[in-house]
Amino acid sequence: MSIAEAEASELQLESEQLVGRWADARQRLLRNPGAVVGIVLIALFVLVAVFAPLLAPYDPTEQDLSIIRPGVYPGPSAEHWLGVDQLGRDILSRIIYGARSSLLIGVVSVGFGAAIGLTLGALAGAFGGWADTLTMRGMDMMLAIPGLLLAIGVAAAIGRSQLSVMIAIGVVNIPIFARLLRGSMLSQRESDYVLAARALGVRRGRIVLGHIVPNSIAPVIVQATLALATAIIDAAGLAYLGLGSDDPGAPEWGRMLAETQSFLQNAPHAAIFPGLAIVISCLGFYLLGEGLREAIDPKFRR
Amino acid sequence: MLKFTVRRLIQLVPILIGLSILVFIWIRALPGGGPAEALLGERATPEAVARIRELYGLDRPLWQQYLTYVESVARFDFGQSIVSRRNITTEISERFPATIELSLAAMIFAAGIGIPLGFVAAKRYLGWVDQLSVAGSLLGVAIPVFFLGLLLKYVFAVKLHWLPTVGRSDATSTALHPTGFYVLDAIITNDRVALVDAVRHLILPAIALGTIPLAIITRITRAAVLDVVNEDYVRTARAKGLGPRVVDRRHVLRNAMLPVITIIGLQTGLLLSGAILTETVFAWGGMGQWMYQAITFRDYAVLQAGILFLAIVFVLVNLLVDLSYAVLDPRIRVR
Repeated sequence: MSIAEAEASELQLESEQLVGRWADARQRLLRNPGAVVGIVLIALFVLVAVFAPLLAPYDPTEQDLSIIRPGVYPGPSAEHWLGVDQLGRDILSRIIYGARSSLLIGVVSVGFGAAIGLTLGALAGAFGGWADTLTMRGMDMMLAIPGLLLAIGVAAAIGRSQLSVMIAIGVVNIPIFARLLRGSMLSQRESDYVLAARALGVRRGRIVLGHIVPNSIAPVIVQATLALATAIIDAAGLAYLGLGSDDPGAPEWGRMLAETQSFLQNAPHAAIFPGLAIVISCLGFYLLGEGLREAIDPKFRR
Repeated sequence: MLKFTVRRLIQLVPILIGLSILVFIWIRALPGGGPAEALLGERATPEAVARIRELYGLDRPLWQQYLTYVESVARFDFGQSIVSRRNITTEISERFPATIELSLAAMIFAAGIGIPLGFVAAKRYLGWVDQLSVAGSLLGVAIPVFFLGLLLKYVFAVKLHWLPTVGRSDATSTALHPTGFYVLDAIITNDRVALVDAVRHLILPAIALGTIPLAIITRITRAAVLDVVNEDYVRTARAKGLGPRVVDRRHVLRNAMLPVITIIGLQTGLLLSGAILTETVFAWGGMGQWMYQAITFRDYAVLQAGILFLAIVFVLVNLLVDLSYAVLDPRIRVR
């Protein structure tokens, strides 16, 4: 289909039915093959995480010491599809359970970071003046520390646990969301519909919450999707550095990579499969995030 | 230009103050009793605790403690490591060159491939190079740096034996290191064997660390070139009879480079934090490996110094990027 044809069919769609902005975006999203692949990958990831106990063939911490010898850790076989690790644990089961902790950490940390960041951003954007200056300077300071470094600092200060990983990654996300929403709100504030609402005598709180915030939220949704991908990578990175859960047997993708790297020569499968799990789940969120960006703002379509 | 530089330097002050406050609070939030105990670890001697108490003035009011802290940091006095018992500032001066060397090599790899690739992709928009670069740059962002490092190590070092697995130089190497930058050292001392050795050790870590910046630089270059090629001045240049190469070099690339340079600067932060993971995978004796050990042994004095130091480096690099941006684009200076 040429561009002209595509535009013509899009125009036709618009004339046939009065599609709203979101319905329109959804149609564009579903017509983007990358985004559809992303949705499928995310769906797979979420299903695996939710139904882990039903899907995993073994207990993730169960050790079968009869099949391993020092230096010999069997790779993929009929009993253990992805092989076993250096303690004789089934890698497939550990990856399946690891999806749980990755998804949980991703959703909670991004949710936490977005909740605080958006509140601060909305306050800064709505009030302006010194509240704006103060909040945004604070955010600048947090952004002055590279993300993973900040997360390491926070996680090290709170101590080793899954909760501290969530807080650490959440904290890194706060300034990103705050700046994004504030910037988006500032550009909306000058628009005609806000002027119209003000002229009609709508109260300030209502203009902000009822008009400006909903119209500024599109980039936030895109950012949240992309932040989930980064959160999964960062959580794996923290676990790799030894800052993950305090339970040494807990199946975490990053920790699995860290533990098996000294057995790389004898058991490459033990490092490669958890790594692929990280790549696949991140790719899903990136693809969806990019797709959403293009769907919401067609200017980005490149 | 001077006015712009001074203004940016003044803007730096609140950020640096904020950073120092953050790290100051961080030390007080550490687990393990008081800050002195946290910084010294569980087996701290009473003398050492007393020294730290004196260093940070822990018996005095908080604002005085903060001033003492800032003063000691300004003197580059971070105390000593509980693991090696060595002066932290000395360790930073020994290890930082290794991290810079790795980051520079990664950046050269990323920019050296990313800029030409992004340019070609944009010129052949929707061609196979373009499609491949888009897919590749997406994959490049989704691969964690430590996983890529492990894969490279497994394939090229463990299986093929083409390159060494860990370290910065061969264990038997007797090369001299006047600067701490091993490649530079080998060139200065005119030691060919050491040069080959240093470069061979550098290749895999640099590729692992440079892949995410490579993906991002390719993408930004492609988008920037796509933006520029349709500009009126490019059409004018073509219309007045300039050859395609001259148009590309003088009009397209030069204008497309502005966003690329910004993104290269912003990537430094990613490089510095990515170095922690990459150095751990390849046992590269820089700041990153040092901080990884600090996490393992709960060596908070080292961790605090490392985070503060790298954050300051990041802030300074961003300042340099802003300044170079202003040199390239005179419009920025006026704003």
